[in-house]
Amino acid sequence: MSSAGFEIRAISGHAGPVPGAGLKREFEVCKLIDTTTCIGCKACEVACLEWNGYSFSETKFDNSYQTMPETSWNYWNLIKFNEHEDPDHGLMLLMRKDQCMHCEEPGCLAACPADNAIVQYVNGIVDFQQEHCIGCGYCISGCPFNIPKFSPDARKVFKCTLCVDRVSEGLEPACIKACPTGCLHFGTKPEMKELAETRAEQLREHSGFANAGVYDPAGISGTHVIYVLHDASNPENYGGLPSNPRIPWTVQLWKHPLKWIGNLAIVGGLLGLVVHYLRFGPKTLEEDKQKKPGAGQ
Amino acid sequence: MSEDTRVPPGNVLRYSFPERLVHWLAGFSYVYLMLTGLAFWSPWLFWLAFALGGGTISRELHSWVGLIFVVAVLLMFRMWHRQMHETAVDKEWWDAIPHYIRNEDEYVPTVGRFNGGQKLLFWGFLWCGLFLLLSGLILWFPNWVPWNLRYLRYIAVIVHPSLALITIGLFIIHVYMGLAMERGALISMTRGYVTIAFAKRYHGLWYNRVADDPSAKNETP
Repeated sequence: MSSAGFEIRAISGHAGPVPGAGLKREFEVCKLIDTTTCIGCKACEVACLEWNGYSFSETKFDNSYQTMPETSWNYWNLIKFNEHEDPDHGLMLLMRKDQCMHCEEPGCLAACPADNAIVQYVNGIVDFQQEHCIGCGYCISGCPFNIPKFSPDARKVFKCTLCVDRVSEGLEPACIKACPTGCLHFGTKPEMKELAETRAEQLREHSGFANAGVYDPAGISGTHVIYVLHDASNPENYGGLPSNPRIPWTVQLWKHPLKWIGNLAIVGGLLGLVVHYLRFGPKTLEEDKQKKPGAGQ
Repeated sequence: MSEDTRVPPGNVLRYSFPERLVHWLAGFSYVYLMLTGLAFWSPWLFWLAFALGGGTISRELHSWVGLIFVVAVLLMFRMWHRQMHETAVDKEWWDAIPHYIRNEDEYVPTVGRFNGGQKLLFWGFLWCGLFLLLSGLILWFPNWVPWNLRYLRYIAVIVHPSLALITIGLFIIHVYMGLAMERGALISMTRGYVTIAFAKRYHGLWYNRVADDPSAKNETP
């Protein structure tokens, strides 16, 4: 949305280098979600709607407290509720606030063909610029977290902006401000990582969660939204959080080797035809040259 | 000769009016698909989308024009598939392809209504067109593909540009042959007729048949 005050690190579908790429003058921001202290109150869901100007959508009941099965184009923040039978702790109600993870290597940005439609700021926020979006939906295929959603009315794709408009003014994201339990934190990536690790250690040593840990997946070089999980070895239990998210390999294959093979083939083929024409010229078909041997019948 | 085309003396009808119409329906829709597709293929070519009315319009129409193209390809299949099966003389024609490339046409066997290259073009566009349609539908409506079937999206992402590249190769050669190499080929697809010399040289077996019986041309290769 707003790009005020942000240095750009990468631009989707852009010919040539990004002006000023690699300059780093800001902190990388990070949202920390501690699933172990979330009470599922959905204040973050409401705050997200209010700040971003969407009205409450129709809920879809699916035998749980969850508002709807997955995030939608006008519902960017959704707590996923999952019942989990744990051998040590009995029945647990796992609650994970789902939203854009703001990947360090965003699959949406890699797949997007439209110049400037997806921007990654130096502070780590990945933001869609709807005025440049062409509605092709490639970002939907590129995302390993099922986050970008197509609006049939706007014919464009929308997702969580990490409240870039608030963050650029020095405010925390709306969801963070609304959280009553303090399970949501916002700060720089190193600060949040340290806080998360401290909490995970506490869970391991004092609460009997031997596998407690921090979710900051390495396959996409980390995310700017990180989780503390009771059981970091099974993130799928938390509403299908992928254990090893990556940019789909076909997107990588398409954007790197295939692009160069294709470009070489097209340019090489055209050059070949020019050379062929210069060397051999058009086929001659003079009516009076039909006596040539072998031609015709 | 068919009543829909007036053929001047010394010429022979090669493509009927419906054949020409369907060909150009496929041709113009393909050119639009190729140009808008290339805009999405590389950021260096995204200016094509602006030239064709903007990124959003290009993306929106690419899908619909794709449907038109597939309809045209299916109509071509209905018109021509019986004549597109490979025959023994096509194999001889492929064996003589170095001569054909070097314009040594006296060493190239004369063939039926379509030569081996034209048949390759036909089947190439048919199969690529069908799989471009399938992958294109997934890319058109990715949100209709459930999350647990998302590998279909990943397949479509790589299949669609790969097959498009193959068709671009076929298209470039087709246009080069039709516009630059074979004098008379363009007229045959616009006005419908070729000179008898053209027919004898490139499609002698076909010419022998239609010279005797004009209605025979659409029955066999």
